[in-house]
This record gives sequence, C-alpha cells and structure tokens, in this order.
Amino acid sequence: MTSQAQIPARGHGTGAQTLIGLMFRAEAVLIPVGALLAGAAAFSLFLLAIGKSPAEFYALVWKAGFSSAFSWQNTLSRVAPLVLAALCVALPARLGLVIIGGEGAIVLGGLAAAVTGTAVAGLPAGIGMVTMALAGMALGGLWIGTIGALRIKRGVNETISSLLMAYIAIALMNHFVEGPFRDPASLNKPSTAPLEAGLRVGDMPFVAAHWGVVAGVLACLFCWILIERTTLGFAARIAGDNVRAAQVQGLPVSRLVIGFTALGGAFAGLAGYFEVAAVHGSANASLIAGYGYTGILVAFLARHNPLAILPVAVLLGGFEASSGLIQRRMDLPDATIQVFEGMVFVIILLSEALYGRLRIFTPAFWEHR
Amino acid sequence: MSRYDPTEAGAISVEALHMTMRFGDFTALDNVSMTIRAGTFHALLGENGAGKSTLVKCIMGFYHATEGELLVDGRQAVMTDPKMAQTLRLGMVYQHFTLVPSLTAAENLVISRADTPAVIDWRSERRRLDAFMAGMPFSVPLDQPVSRLAAGEKQKLEILKQLYLGNRFLILDEPTSVLTPGEADEVLSHVRALTTASEITVLMITHKFREVSAFADEVSILRRGKYVGGGKVGEMSVEEMSRAMMGEAPVVSDRGRATTVKKPLLELRGVTAKDRTGLHNIEIDDVTLNSGEILGIAGVSGNGQMELMEILTGQRRLTGGEIRVNGASYSATRREARAHQIRYLPEEPLRNACAPRMSVAENLAFRMFDASADGGTIFWKNAGAIARNADDLIAGFNVKTTSPAARIAALSGGNVQRAVLGRELTGAVKALIVSNPCFGLDFAAVSSIRDRLIEARNNGTAILLISEDLDEILELSDRVLVMSEGRVTFETPIETADIAEIGQHMAGHG
Repeated sequence: MTSQAQIPARGHGTGAQTLIGLMFRAEAVLIPVGALLAGAAAFSLFLLAIGKSPAEFYALVWKAGFSSAFSWQNTLSRVAPLVLAALCVALPARLGLVIIGGEGAIVLGGLAAAVTGTAVAGLPAGIGMVTMALAGMALGGLWIGTIGALRIKRGVNETISSLLMAYIAIALMNHFVEGPFRDPASLNKPSTAPLEAGLRVGDMPFVAAHWGVVAGVLACLFCWILIERTTLGFAARIAGDNVRAAQVQGLPVSRLVIGFTALGGAFAGLAGYFEVAAVHGSANASLIAGYGYTGILVAFLARHNPLAILPVAVLLGGFEASSGLIQRRMDLPDATIQVFEGMVFVIILLSEALYGRLRIFTPAFWEHR
Repeated sequence: MSRYDPTEAGAISVEALHMTMRFGDFTALDNVSMTIRAGTFHALLGENGAGKSTLVKCIMGFYHATEGELLVDGRQAVMTDPKMAQTLRLGMVYQHFTLVPSLTAAENLVISRADTPAVIDWRSERRRLDAFMAGMPFSVPLDQPVSRLAAGEKQKLEILKQLYLGNRFLILDEPTSVLTPGEADEVLSHVRALTTASEITVLMITHKFREVSAFADEVSILRRGKYVGGGKVGEMSVEEMSRAMMGEAPVVSDRGRATTVKKPLLELRGVTAKDRTGLHNIEIDDVTLNSGEILGIAGVSGNGQMELMEILTGQRRLTGGEIRVNGASYSATRREARAHQIRYLPEEPLRNACAPRMSVAENLAFRMFDASADGGTIFWKNAGAIARNADDLIAGFNVKTTSPAARIAALSGGNVQRAVLGRELTGAVKALIVSNPCFGLDFAAVSSIRDRLIEARNNGTAILLISEDLDEILELSDRVLVMSEGRVTFETPIETADIAEIGQHMAGHG
C-alpha cells in the first residue's frame, strides 16, 4: 500500500531542482534563526518574571558586544576558542556522534602547549610556536579520538564518555599544574612557567584580536572543504546518516569515526594553545572557561555547517562578552548568560524535529500559490 | 435486520457499501462494495497496492472512508476510531506479532483487555483463563514467556487473544507470512473450524492461492483499488482468480535459464558468529556460491538469515572460520568488494542501503563517488560525475523522483528499490548478495526485479538470494539451502526440490 499511497511524482525540469535546492537552504537557515528568536523570547519572559527589563538586557548585549572597537575586541577574543570548540562538535556530528566534552580537549591542549613551551625555549620562535600548537592539537586529538574509538570499538556512548572525560581532563590539568609542572613563582594561582615573550601570539594588525581568529577561520574553511568537496567527507556523511548503509558499502566506518573525532579534538586542542599562547601566557585554571560547552551551542545553532559556525560564534561571543556589564548594570548573576544559552539550546533541540515537516519549505506549497 | 447486541456471541457479518478512499489526488479505494457473510471464511486477494490494507483500515476505523458506508451485523456503523471497532467486536490480527515477548501467554491475554484492573488478581484471572481455554478448539502453553513460543504458537495465541477479547469478526492480515507451510495449515484449519461452527467471521488478507483454495469459503479480489471479482471459492478456478488479481496477462518474460559456467566464487568455511541476541551462534559449516547460479537460502524469519547477510556485508564480526572469494580471504572491505566486483542488495533498502537524509543523486553515487576511471580511488569529489551518474541511473532504471536533489526518503518503496538495484547492478558484477528483494513491492516491480536477477545470473553473475518468500526461492534458484536455528540444515538442487520436505527442514524437523 505504501508504494502507491504516495502522491505520484511528477516530471520536473531544472526549475524544480533549483527550487528544491532553494527550499533546503531556506529551511536550513530559517529554522535555526527562528529557534534563536524563540529562545530569546522565552528568555525575555524569564527576565520579566524576575522583574527585569528584556529591552535593557538586549541593549546591553549590543553595547558590550558589538557597539564599539573595544567591545568588538572583547567579542573577537572569544570567537577563536568558540569556533574551534564548535568544530570539535560539528565534525563528529557529521558521523552521527554527539560529543559534548570539547572542554577537556581545550584544557589538555592548553596544558600540552604550555609544557612544550618551556621545553622549546631555546629554539627559534617560529619553530617553537608550531611545536607548541602541534603538541596541543596532538593531545586534544588523542583525547577526543579515544572517545570515538571507545564508541566504535566498544559501543560506549560518546556523549556521556566525552562529558566524563572532560572532568578527568580538568582533574589531570589541575594535578599537573599544581604538581609536576607548577611554576614555584605562581603563589596564589598555580600555573605552569610563563611563556617567553617570543612564544606569545600577538594581535593582528588593525584588528584588536589575536591570530587565533584567523586560525579559526582557516579551520572552518578546511573543514568545509573536507566535508563538501572530498570523497572522505562524502563517506563520512553516508556513515553519519546511516551506518548500516556505509558498512554495506564497505566504507571504513571505524577509521572515519576515529579520524573525524580526533580532528575535532585537535581543533579544540588548538583552542587551548591559543588560550595559553595569546591570552593567559601559561596554563592554569583560567583555561576552564566553558568555551567547550558554549561551542556545543554554536555548533548546533550552525547545524554543524563549518561556514555557519563563524557568524554564530561572533554572535554568541558578543553575548558572552556582555556578561560582566549585565552583571553590574542589571544586578543579575553572571550565570544569566548561561540561562539564556540554555534556553536557546533547548529550543534548538526541539526545532530539530521540524526539518522536513513544514509545508512552506516544499516546492508544492509555492507552486499552488 | 437483526438487532445489534455487543454481549451476544456468535459470528457477525460486515458489509462495505460503495467505499471510496482518497489520499490527495490518489484514489486508494474506488467504490468498493462487498459482503462478508456471518460465519464465513472470506479471503481478500490482491497484489501489493491493490487497496486491501486501505479497505481493512477503513473497516477497523484507522481511516475514515471518503465515501461509502459500512454495515456491521446488518446495522449501519460509523467507524469514528479504532475503539469503535472494538465496541462492535471487530478485531484484527496483524502480519507481525503484537505480543509482549517477555510476558507469558496468560499475562499477554489478561493485559490485552481494555478493562484490566490496576491490581490484577492473578488467581481468579487464571481460573477464568483456564475455563476460556477449555472451550477453545486449540490451546497454547499459558505459562511460558511468549519469546519461547514457536511462530505458529504465537499466531495461534494472537487469534486466541481476539477470541478472548470477545471479538466476533476477525481480520487476519497475511497471517501465515511468518509461518512454515505446516504451521500455516494447522493455524488456518483451526480458524476454519471456528468459522464452520459460526463462532466467528473471518476476513483474511492474502496473496497465496493455495490457502484460499484450501480454507476459504468465499473470495473477493481487489486490483488498483477496485473490486474486480469474487464469489464462492469452489466456483472460481485459480486461473480466474489470478487473472482478476493481475489484470490483463502481466508481461512476464519466460526467464529462460541459459546454461552457465559454474565455478566456485564465494566460499564460507566453518564460519561462526553470534546471533542478534548474542545468546546463540550462527554456524555455517560449508557453503559455496558458484558463478552463473542463483543459490536460494530459505528459512522462516529469524533463523539466522539476517545475521548471514550481516556476516557477508562485513557488519557482523566472525568468531571463527573464514570467507574466501576466488580463493583469497575476504572481509567485505570496500577495496575487496570492488576488486572482486561483489555487490549487495539488503532488504528494506531505505533502512539498510540508503542515507535517508541525503539526496537521490548522492545515494546513487555510493558505489562510484570515490572511484577513478582506472579503478583506483580519488580524493576530490567529482560533482559533475555524480550528477551524470544520477541522471543515467534515474533514466535507466525508471526511478520516479521530482528531482535528483530530492531526499531519497521522499521516494516510494518501489522507486527506492529500483534506485538501489540500479546502483548495485551497474558495471561489471561478479557476485550479488540479495536479501528479500521484493518485500512490499507491487507486481510489476517484483517482476522487473526478478527479471534483472535472472538476467544477471545468465550473464555469469553469482547470486546469493536470501528470502523468506519460499515461492520466490523456488522460482529463481538453481540450488536451495534451508537455514534453521542459525545453521544450514538442508540442501537440494531445484530439480528435486520438494516443498513439503523443505517445509519440514524450515520448521527444524530434519
């Protein structure tokens, strides 16, 4: 019955193809945007319920995040780690894995970079910086790649294991920073030895933000090309959509899963490197800033599309940048932004159920007009 | 006109008058009228898509007929929802079991009642069940978990459940599709006895003429949503029924079997693996697939065929033994499959062989997207080649889609099957591993797929056909193996194949 109960397909020319393509794109953009707006509306109700003004909130976000050169600097400083952390979610997501423990790879990547930094002190600065970055990426990749391997080889749920491994990563970092790698001079805030000035990553010319933003943009481009333009990315999409079909095709599902999770982890590790080399100057508890968690929201809002991650990271970077001002001006706790992000996230997850269900995104709906 | 009383016992009649059901532009049921008289065993024949399920769903209140009316026991009935059917004592036994496997038969019966109390007094329930069972013409063990019952027992329990619920008009939807021929005969003869005793009226959906001739009193035949014939079973020949069911003589090529060179191609030696539950073993001692033959693997659903398919596609880890292709060890990697030109056609292709959220064009590219012209692999995706490949296959295999960019999940079952068949049969194919290729397809689609399989065989392709449809196995195979409880228990060349003997082995009585 099912084979005939379908509405019979009609022949269409290329006009229909472009229309279908347009519909898919419109759906992919409008549903997340709608979810973001719905989340903002829900958060406004929350603010009203506790007697605060939503208008003031959004005005302050604009002021602190986007209105001036200073606020842009504040926002952009958050963009690099958010973009790289979001890739740690988006790449595994292409294979159907939900990894939420990017924070662990950031923290360990930062630690590896800082420790390597003391070891390469004598080398030329360029080589030293590359070595540090590679060390951070290697440890981050190993960390998240292990989660992928546990998933594919042993069936361990990657969402839970990545979250728990993030706690282990943080505990490991604390152990090493307070123990073997502690700089004796760091008294009330245990840290590794400060990096030499030559190993610090500076700001870009004309823009008050460090080079990590450029690295983030390049990483997104790299991932987009990998997914959309290579046969490797195509194979990963098959495996992510239907692992049985990929297995029947003989695709190397295990290697794809481990490879993509490790690559995502490497980008999160790179975020840790930039946090150490461009922001803090050493590895310490400041690395645990929650970028790994906000990165999850960035990736989901961007629907795991590497190019969409960039604007979304800028938007959420602005929200996070406004946290301090909102705390002072509106007399709200600094967790307020997290409440906002949480509400948006819940609605984003709900909106996943809408794909393919809304009639306005079908060509038939527009043909009847 | 008799008065309707839901507490009364005995068979009731159902009449459909001018029933029409439309889905959008599509008419699934077109002005169908038929009478199922009280106490008859009525067969409803038709190909897939003929409107059988639409009709029974209208009777059971799952659909609201666009036009027409329904008389139950002579009185007009408005089927607002499935609860209404229950009130009127209409019941349905589905093709697949609806019992809770971990509960016993007794527990399944008691919880199926609408009026089960929150706290169940098992002792008194049990007394009533025993009394109920004593009055039945057949019984099942009440104290075993349903998962331990054989398929035939489960089907009997499904029917007992309907009687226990007091239903007096039963619809059986292909009730024997998961049974061996022996089990099928037993279940149907019990049903037949109940109708003869005027306990119940039965409407059985089927496409097996044998069951119609052997058990039914009357038959109605649907084709493309229309009532095209029917009457007393004794007064209609099988030829008449089949002509009504298929319409004008269907174009069946004679499927001539060319003489082919048969050389061993794929061998399974001492292969062992865990089954789906992890509790039992699949053990394939020695199976050889030759070029130019169709090797049919028969068996009742759930006897290890699914696992065998997974072993051959590399989805299930071997715990012992090995698979060899052309003498070389084979583990179903993409490189090996490409080198040996082995292709796969799993059952339910949308679920097992497609990426539902990817486009038709992308799904058609699964075999070729990473292949260079000289048989190597390429790194950069070639969008132009993928588009050309899609256009060729859509045209060559008559895949109906609004656009190559549409999601494959939006296609109908027959179109998905044709798309996957096209993808897997393109290029040189030495071996094709197929599982239930015609499941749920209409007559024309089935015919064209079987033609393609025979054509491939005649061209020297080795075909391993795993199928739960014994007729399909007997029609297509050169050799038949029977799988039972994870092992190959019987082998016969088609020339000496005997359906009764095969049935015995399917049932595990070797």
